[in-house]
Amino acid sequence: MSVDTEEQSRSTSRDEALAELERDWGERPSLRGWFSTVDHKRIGRRYMVTAGIFFILAGTDAMILRTQLARPNATLLSPEMYDQLFTMHGTAMIFLFSTPMFFGFGNFLVPLLIGARDMAFPRLNAFGYWVFVCAGTVMFTSQLVGRAPDGGWFGYVPLTDTPYSTGVNLDVYSLGLLFLGVSTTAGAINFIVTVVKMRAPGMSLNRMPLFVWAIVGTSFMVIFALPALNLANAMLFLDRRFGAHFFDPGHGGSTLLWQHLFWIFGHPDVYIIVMPALGIVSAVLPAFCRRGVVAYPLMVLAIVTISIISFGVWVHHMFATGLPQLSYSFFSAASTLITIPSGIQIFAWLFTMLRGRIVVRTPFLFVVGFIVTFVLGGFTGVMFAITAFDQQVTDSYFVVAHFHYVLFGGAVFPMLAGIYFWLPKFTGRMYAERLSRWAFWLVFLGFNTTFMPMHVSGLLGMPRRIYTYPGGLGWDIWNLISTVGAYILAVGLLLVLIGVVHAVRRGAPAPDDPWQGDTLEWGTTSPPRPYNFAPVPQVHSLHPMWDERTTGALAIDEPLPDHRAMTTSELDGREEGVIEMPEASLLPLAVAAGILVVVLGLLWAWYWTGWYWFAGAGALLIFGAVARWLWPPERTPEEAGVAS
Amino acid sequence: MTAVVEKATSPRLLSAEMPSGRTTGWWGMVLFVTTEATIFAALLGSYFYIRFQSGPHWPPPPLEDPKLTKVVIMTALLLPSSVPVMWAERGIRKGQRWRLRAGLAITMVLGLAFLGMQAWEYSEDLKKHTLTTDAYSSLFYTTTTLHGFHVAVGLLMVGWLLAASLRGSFGYRRHERVRLTAIYWHFVDVVWVAIFLCLYLSPRL
Repeated sequence: MSVDTEEQSRSTSRDEALAELERDWGERPSLRGWFSTVDHKRIGRRYMVTAGIFFILAGTDAMILRTQLARPNATLLSPEMYDQLFTMHGTAMIFLFSTPMFFGFGNFLVPLLIGARDMAFPRLNAFGYWVFVCAGTVMFTSQLVGRAPDGGWFGYVPLTDTPYSTGVNLDVYSLGLLFLGVSTTAGAINFIVTVVKMRAPGMSLNRMPLFVWAIVGTSFMVIFALPALNLANAMLFLDRRFGAHFFDPGHGGSTLLWQHLFWIFGHPDVYIIVMPALGIVSAVLPAFCRRGVVAYPLMVLAIVTISIISFGVWVHHMFATGLPQLSYSFFSAASTLITIPSGIQIFAWLFTMLRGRIVVRTPFLFVVGFIVTFVLGGFTGVMFAITAFDQQVTDSYFVVAHFHYVLFGGAVFPMLAGIYFWLPKFTGRMYAERLSRWAFWLVFLGFNTTFMPMHVSGLLGMPRRIYTYPGGLGWDIWNLISTVGAYILAVGLLLVLIGVVHAVRRGAPAPDDPWQGDTLEWGTTSPPRPYNFAPVPQVHSLHPMWDERTTGALAIDEPLPDHRAMTTSELDGREEGVIEMPEASLLPLAVAAGILVVVLGLLWAWYWTGWYWFAGAGALLIFGAVARWLWPPERTPEEAGVAS
Repeated sequence: MTAVVEKATSPRLLSAEMPSGRTTGWWGMVLFVTTEATIFAALLGSYFYIRFQSGPHWPPPPLEDPKLTKVVIMTALLLPSSVPVMWAERGIRKGQRWRLRAGLAITMVLGLAFLGMQAWEYSEDLKKHTLTTDAYSSLFYTTTTLHGFHVAVGLLMVGWLLAASLRGSFGYRRHERVRLTAIYWHFVDVVWVAIFLCLYLSPRL
C-alpha cells in the first residue's frame, strides 16, 4: 500500500519536473518565436527542408540539361543558358544541397546521439542556418533573372576573370560562395566543440557512434579546406572588381594558382560530402543487421586517415595541365592510397551484414544501393588516379559518370537511407513501406540508366559541358538512354517526396524506438521534446540502447529542470561542470541579414557604381548586431550571486 | 549514477563551482583561430607560388625591396603587446582588476600605434605601387590589409574588455572572455611574425 503511494508521488513530481523542463527549453509559439529559435532540432529540420528545396531546383536544372541533350542538334537551350544551367546545377548540388543536408542531419542528430541538451553554441547554429538560406536564395535568384554563374562549378580562370567574363554572373559565384563559407565554417566549429565538450557522462571517445566520428572528421576537413576556397573567391572578386592581378599572367599572376587553391579545397570537399554519408551507413546498418558495425576501431581509424589523406590528392584534378613529373607520381600515389581506408569501411559493412541477422526494410535497401554504386564510382576513381588514363578521358562524359557514381551513389543513397531511417525521429511518424520500396527501385534503376551509359559516351569521346552535338558520332543512343534514365530517376525521387509528405500528414504515429537501434537518440520520444532527454543519460558502452544500465536509468531517473547543459572532459567524457545555455534570440538573424545586405550592395554596385554605400550600411548592421550579441558583458560576480 | 549526475547538475553546486577543464568557448576560439590561420597560410603559399614563377628579380622591377625601418618598428610594437595581455590575464585570475585594466590599456596603445605606423607606411608605398600594379602588389596589399583588419578586430575586442573591466565586470572566477581575447591577440601577433618574415625579409635573401 505504502509502496503505491510512494510510486504515485514520485510520478507527480516527475510530471511537474517535466513540465518545468518544457518551459525552460520550449519556445514561444509566435512568429517571433519561429524566427528566434535556437533549438538544434528545429534548425536541423529547417536545414534539411531548405537543402531539399535547393535539391529540387538544381535537379530541375539537370532535367532541362538532359532534355536538351536527348537528341543531337537540339535547340531547347541557347549555349549561354546551358552554361548557366550546368554551372548552377553543379554549384548548387555541391554547396547548397549536399553539405547543408548533412549539416541538417548533424544538427538534428549529433546532440541526440551524444546525449546532450543542445549544440555547444545554439545561437551560432541559428546564425549559420540563416546565412545559408540567404546565400542560397541570392544564388538561385540570380538564375531566375538570367544572371547566374556560367563558368562551371569550379570557376576556372581566365574564363571567369576579366575580360573574358563580363557581367555580374561570376560575382554572384564568388560572393555567394564566400557568403556560404561563413555558414559552413560556423557549423563545423560548432560540431567539433559540441562533440568534444558536450557528450553525456561516460561517453568516452571509444564509445562515440561512428556517425558522430564522421561529422567530426568532416568538420575538421572544413576547418582546413574551406579557407583555400574562401581565399580564392576573395581573390577572384578583387581581380574582377578592383583590378587586382592574382590570376592574370599578363601582370605576373598565375591561372594555375586558382586551380591549386580551388582543388586544395575541392578534393577534401568530396570527402566532406561523402564522409557524413558513410557515417549514416554505419548508423543504419546495426539496426537492420542486429549487431554493431564490425571493427569499430578500424572504422574510426579509416575516418581519421581519410580526413588527412584527402588533403594530399588535389593535384589529380590537374593531371592534364602539364606539371612536373614528380608531382604526378606523388599525387597519383596518394590518390591510390586513399582507397585503402575507403576499402576498410566497405569490407567492415559487408562483414557486418555477413555476421548479422538482416531485416530488409527501405533504409537497408538504400544502403545496399549505396554500396553497389559507390564501389563502382570508386573503381573509376582508381582509374583516374593513373595519370596516363586520366589524360585520355579527362573532361569527357566518363568523368561525369564517375563523379555522379561517387556523389549520388556515395551521398544521396545514404541520405535517402537516413531520411527513411530517422523519419520517425524527425517527424514522429512512420513512412509507408510499399511506397518507399517503389521509390527505391525507381531511384536505383533510374540512376544507373542515367549514368552507366555516360561511361560509354565518354569513352567514345563526348566532352562535358557541350550544349549540343552533331548526329552520327555514335553518341545519340547513349544520350537518349541517359535522358530516359533521368526521367525515371526524377519519378523515383518524386515518390520519395510524396512518401515523406504522406508520412508527415497521415503516417502512423512512430514509437520511440521503431528499429531497436543501438544509439541514444532512440532513448527519447519521437519526435524528441525540446530538452531532448529528461534525465541526462549515463553511457556505459558503445551501444547504450542495447545496454540495460543506460536504458534502465533513462526510464526511472528524476529530471532536474533548468536551462543548463553539462560539459564533460574531451577524452573520457567525465563530468566537468555545467554551463548556462543562451535563450532564443533574433540576433543571429540580424547578423545574417547584415551580411546579406553587404553582399547585395557589392553585387548591385556592378550596375550602379555608387551602391557601395549600401554594402557599408550592411557592415554597420553587422557591427551593431554583433555588439548587441556580445552585450552585456559577462555578469559581474555580484549579479550572478557568486562570491568573487 | 543518479548521484553523479545530480552532483553535476544541482543548482546549488553550480553557483559555488566553476567548470573545470577547457571550456566550450576556449575550443571555439582555438578552432576559429585555426581556420583563420589557414587563410593566412594559403595567402603566403600563394605569395611564394607566384614568386617562384616570376623572373629572377623579386619584387618585379621597377619596384625595390620593401623598406624595413618602419616595419621593424611595427614589429617592435606588436610583438611585445602579447606580454601585457598575458600579464592582464594572469592578474584577473588572481582577482587583480587593476592588472587587467593596465594590461589591456597598454595593449590598446601598442596596437593603435601599430595601425598608425601601417597607415604611414601605406601612404608612402601607395606612391610607388597600388593593388592594381601587378600580382606582387595585389598579394602585398591583400595580405597586409587582411592582417591590419585582424589587428583592428582584436583592438575592438580589447577595447570592449577594457570598457567592461572598468565597469568591474570581471572577477577571479569570471574572466572567460579575457582568455578568449588573449588567444585571438596572440594569433594576430604570431601571424604578423610570419608576414614580416615572408613579405619583408625574404625578398632580401
